[in-house]
Amino acid sequence: MLNKEIFSNNTISQRGVWRATVIVIFTLLALGGFILSLTKGALSISLQDIVGAIFYDHAGATGQVIWNIRLPRTLVGALVGMNLALAGAILQGVMKNPLADPHIIGISSGAGLAGVTIMVLFPHLEYLVTPMAFVGAMTAAIFIYILAWKGGIRPVRIILAGVAVSAFLNSGISALMVFYSDRVHGALMWMVGGLSARSWPHLAIILPYTVVGGILALLGARRLNILNLGDDIARGLGLNVEFSRLAMTAVAALLAASAVSVVGLLGFVGLIVPHGARLLVGSDYRYLLPASAILGMAVVTISDTLARVAFSPVEIPVGIIMAFVGAPFFLYLLRRDA
Amino acid sequence: MAIIKAEKLNLSFDEKEVLKNLTIAVGKGQIISIIGPNGSGKSTLLKALSRNVKPDKGVVYLEDVDLTQLSSKVIARKMAVLPQSPQAPKDLTVRDLVEYGRYPHQSWWQGKSGQDDVCVAWALSQTGLTEMSERIVSTLSGGERQRVWIAMALAQKPEILLLDEPTTYLDICHQLEIMELLAEFNQEHNITVVMVLHDINHAARYSDFIAVLQQGKVFAMGKSAEVITSHTLRSVFGVESIINMDELGKPVVNITGLTKKRG
Repeated sequence: MLNKEIFSNNTISQRGVWRATVIVIFTLLALGGFILSLTKGALSISLQDIVGAIFYDHAGATGQVIWNIRLPRTLVGALVGMNLALAGAILQGVMKNPLADPHIIGISSGAGLAGVTIMVLFPHLEYLVTPMAFVGAMTAAIFIYILAWKGGIRPVRIILAGVAVSAFLNSGISALMVFYSDRVHGALMWMVGGLSARSWPHLAIILPYTVVGGILALLGARRLNILNLGDDIARGLGLNVEFSRLAMTAVAALLAASAVSVVGLLGFVGLIVPHGARLLVGSDYRYLLPASAILGMAVVTISDTLARVAFSPVEIPVGIIMAFVGAPFFLYLLRRDA
Repeated sequence: MAIIKAEKLNLSFDEKEVLKNLTIAVGKGQIISIIGPNGSGKSTLLKALSRNVKPDKGVVYLEDVDLTQLSSKVIARKMAVLPQSPQAPKDLTVRDLVEYGRYPHQSWWQGKSGQDDVCVAWALSQTGLTEMSERIVSTLSGGERQRVWIAMALAQKPEILLLDEPTTYLDICHQLEIMELLAEFNQEHNITVVMVLHDINHAARYSDFIAVLQQGKVFAMGKSAEVITSHTLRSVFGVESIINMDELGKPVVNITGLTKKRG
């Protein structure tokens, strides 16, 4: 494996330099994605005009496009990518499962069903969408645990339980959308996960959750490291295993739920990104979490740009791009770990 | 005063009674080995002592305080646990793993302290791993890997060390190396050692006391010469044996065959 070579051939200080380098590269990638997302689209805008539009002139035609459409959309995409990547990284540690991803194991569907229920049945309570999505995500996570628990947690059982829970919840979402098709705008976009027409209000929804969830995730990094040594060792080292697992699952559910309530069921970000990051910075969560967060921003902003320009003038939801890359990757992991 | 004591433990898995009203006490600074046939409950007893399983009834006391009344970290500063064949993430170095042993001494807002570095260096040198501290754990041999886990437990600076079959999967040289290491910690640092062992001769040679378990109960407990007898081996393990004494007065067991069952 790649990371084994990287780490076994280096001393500890060299490894520190390597990790820092990777994180810097991820940051550059995220910045690149950001700029790409601002410049490319139905209308190509030069970097100069963008800087002008952001800092001096909001009123001109270019200014309108940048300020009202591209900038908020790009920011929302970046935060969604960060939240889903962090949620995936946490879940993989907590569930001891390399295949854990909020989408695959049904946590996103839990958030989705709760969110859609509010949007469709109680539209006047729209401010409750994200909190309820969190409750839905957490409920789904606990259900998956209960279903998968049989004297311990096995990776494959979590996936199977997740598939079942996910199918069950998705049928609920579909039913609501069929019954109230007039009330759900852009339902299809929402089911596959898309950033189309996401703007400042959406940023306002996701930002507080990103900040709180991100800080809690980083504070939990050492717990996740200890948890990775196995339950018996973790307990021997004085970690409250049950509490830590529940708390970190809640953080992951919070991050995933806020992403879902903004873009819908965007899959595979939480699967691909943490794996990519792990391959390069290793399994120490103190580095893995920041690396995943930054790479998540890069992946979603770049993919969303691709989704806008690939079949221009038709725009496809970014979820399709993610699934196109993510599904084969999932199969690869499944074969490797089995 | 017993440093760790289990009182009237009862525990069942799926209707099967694994521990039956079991009581055992370990004095400070002793080496105690728990032996018994498969399914006698020895691993389960160790897990109950290390709170990795919860007994249905009964209490475990650490220095006369009910274990369930203490916080996890307080326990971990006194007691280190090494389960059977632990697994580490594939990219950890020896030092990374040993540093995790300091976790119970760290609070969530602060990182490593100078004291932590001192303890890690000490644990590495005690286990002869200083030179290897930057190696990746998964590339080491079985014996070296086991020493790393023991070093992690030592970095906890425990007063008591619980080990579940610490020599399984090791060749004879590495088995003895681990046993010698544990005896050394016990003598030089007064660390109490409680371990489950398969090898009766190792148990006899290296422990102060031996507890023989049979079907979830203590069949016998005492100094090795008192406990390791042909009678014990016949009734508990179902084997015939000749027992000699070595130069230290510890019994050496020669198994001569299976006990013939009547009828």
